Amino acid sequence: MAKKEKKNLEFFTDWKYAPAPESTDHISLKKQYDLFINGKFLKPNSGKYYDTINPATEEKIASIAEANEKDVDTAVKAAKTAYDKTWSKMPAKERAKYIFRIARLIQEKARELSVIETMNGGKAIRESRDIDIPLAANHFFYYAGWADKLEYAFPNRNPKSLGVAGQIIPWNFPLLMAAWKIAPALATGNTVVLKPAETTPLTCLKLAEIIQESGLPDGVVNIVTGFGPTGAALVNHPLVNKIAFTGSTGVGKWIQKSIAGTDKRLTLELGGKAANIIFEDAPINQAVEGIVNGIFFNQGHVCCAGSRLFVQESVADEVIQKLKDRLETLIVGDPMDKNTDIGAINSKMQLNKINEYIKIGINDGADMYQSSCSIPKKGFFVKPTLFLNTSQSHRISQEEIFGPVLAIQTFRTIEEVIEKANNIPYGLSAGVWTDKGSRIFNMTQKLRAGVIWANTYNKFDPTSPFGGYKESGFGREGGLHGLMPYLKF
Amino acid sequence: MERIEVLKTYKIFIGGQFPRTESGRYYPLKLKNNMTVNVSLSSRKDFRNAVVVARGSFSGWSSRAAFNRGQILYRIAEMLEGRKEQFLEELKQLGYTAANAKKEIELSIDRLVYYAGWADKYQQLHSSVNPVASSHFNFSVPEPMGVVAIMADESTALLGLISVIAPCIVGGNTCIVLASENKPTCAITFAEVLATSDVPAGVVNILTGNRKELHTHFSSHMDVNAVINSNTEKNFNKTIGENASLNVKRVFIWNKNWNDEKEQGPYFITDLQEIKTTWHPIENIGVSGIKY
Repeated sequence: MAKKEKKNLEFFTDWKYAPAPESTDHISLKKQYDLFINGKFLKPNSGKYYDTINPATEEKIASIAEANEKDVDTAVKAAKTAYDKTWSKMPAKERAKYIFRIARLIQEKARELSVIETMNGGKAIRESRDIDIPLAANHFFYYAGWADKLEYAFPNRNPKSLGVAGQIIPWNFPLLMAAWKIAPALATGNTVVLKPAETTPLTCLKLAEIIQESGLPDGVVNIVTGFGPTGAALVNHPLVNKIAFTGSTGVGKWIQKSIAGTDKRLTLELGGKAANIIFEDAPINQAVEGIVNGIFFNQGHVCCAGSRLFVQESVADEVIQKLKDRLETLIVGDPMDKNTDIGAINSKMQLNKINEYIKIGINDGADMYQSSCSIPKKGFFVKPTLFLNTSQSHRISQEEIFGPVLAIQTFRTIEEVIEKANNIPYGLSAGVWTDKGSRIFNMTQKLRAGVIWANTYNKFDPTSPFGGYKESGFGREGGLHGLMPYLKF
Repeated sequence: MERIEVLKTYKIFIGGQFPRTESGRYYPLKLKNNMTVNVSLSSRKDFRNAVVVARGSFSGWSSRAAFNRGQILYRIAEMLEGRKEQFLEELKQLGYTAANAKKEIELSIDRLVYYAGWADKYQQLHSSVNPVASSHFNFSVPEPMGVVAIMADESTALLGLISVIAPCIVGGNTCIVLASENKPTCAITFAEVLATSDVPAGVVNILTGNRKELHTHFSSHMDVNAVINSNTEKNFNKTIGENASLNVKRVFIWNKNWNDEKEQGPYFITDLQEIKTTWHPIENIGVSGIKY
């Protein structure tokens, strides 16, 4: 007997939205960006520049300097001098005022920064505008207030800054990650050399302009652009006292190995493969929204993405049908359009990686389901993708894809789902959906992950510590706990 | 005729049992009374066996009530106090002066009592309720890291060992500890104390052996969450750091003067804790109705 597919929503009516593109008139971008060292934009010693593009159009936006070892050395020395001569001697309350200024300037320029973030990274303007940029400003505002209150944070201890922090950030939340790194480092009295990801340097370089405008003393924040070797030079520089890295587990392990045996301090914010767990008593419609937000937020380029869905067997048919229906309503395309839900994949390289994993999923025997939407011919796009009938041993259930691809499994008992959820080297985040309070706390205690969202997903806040267990890294960013990695006692 | 003393065979401590090393190897240790102890030279396999039982006991130990863990630590102190004379004699046989032996055993007991008291308090100091800007209740709490591999202080027989075990297990972790190579006997006698103190089997496992041989295994095992070395061995510590990167182990070099009464505190506990942050939405209905 053929199984009749039940459709809850009718898609033959006109679901089209009129285009609502955000204007790009208001922004100012230079044709070429140099390295931001000691308060000035300096030409790179390497003499090399590379193109940064818009992943939605594949068109060049600007030329970006590529820092070599010598450039990194200049930047670190500038940071060291600024630490010794200025920043470590400044009263904490004055330090705070600079950080407050940076927060305000980001707020003032929020629209410009949102547009540039979307142009350079491919994320939907709705997300840049409502999440990335406001959170970045809030992060500076939050940590600014800590600067002159550190002695209250750690009872019976005398917190002291470390020196020069080398910070390396990824391309998924460029300005927000810069804020997560720079704000606590400055508040605790350290100086910074930051390396943005090679594909998304523009908002960090706009931040450099903001920092100039704020009057922050020269050399307190330095920004060096480039590829892997630029980051490696920063990690291995002897004058760097602390490394903070957000990115892949592979690179994180390389960094941990590189600095072994040195006195450098380290925080790692690495990959994840979060379980998002739906129990039969969950509010199903909200849970479906949570699943969508969990995996399709920022095209799935999120270390804490809910990329493994576990649905209790008794509601699996209903949840999966509703999820398929919801998938159809997602608008995929021009990131600059205010209606867009899923924008462009950040780079050609990442696009290839995601498509490779989709092939692996199919070859491993899982059932693929994609939205019937069309995707633009130009630019890097992937249809939102579900894999049904996956098992623990499938590579798409074990490895981080970092794209809009969801691996779905079902479960019967709580013991089973806890076992499956924890049986992975990662431990960054997890989601739980149930109406039963005691079950929420049972689950949130037993899941081995640093951030647990119960009846919600992918929420972030400057006051909320973020970071992983196991191979998802160590140290926390955000909140009171986010001060600790930048202090010695 | 003079009575012949019954001598003790020193074993290792894995999963609540006292086996000799599976390798059959030993190293001789000469005591002050000129007797020789054939100390187990533990192998990689012994360590791996210990990790299996430490992992197995983690879930039970970490879900014990904090109050219960505090009581058990206090019980260890009670048992140790009761066997003080035995430890004094053993420390002297390892070359301690009578005064130093007394100081070491007393400080060890006091340190256990100190950490017993922290069992249900460090969480309150290191948790937070985070005032997020959205309509969510959000809080962060410490949770144990898991299985911790420890290379104890070489220079002390008992105090260095207890100074790392206590903060480790009081926070709900389980551990495998390598005793001081040249002063291993007290560590094994301490295992006898643990075995009679209601500490569940596998929570603390104690090996004797060679740090040069074992530090690579302590740091490279894929089911260990954190590794501690209490010794300043630059080349070992570099290898430990490198191996730790295999599974992103947390590394701590706790080279402290454990005789200092200041070298204790809740931060030794929280170093071995993860911070877990939980979010839950807060309903918005009825907001305007609160008028009292």
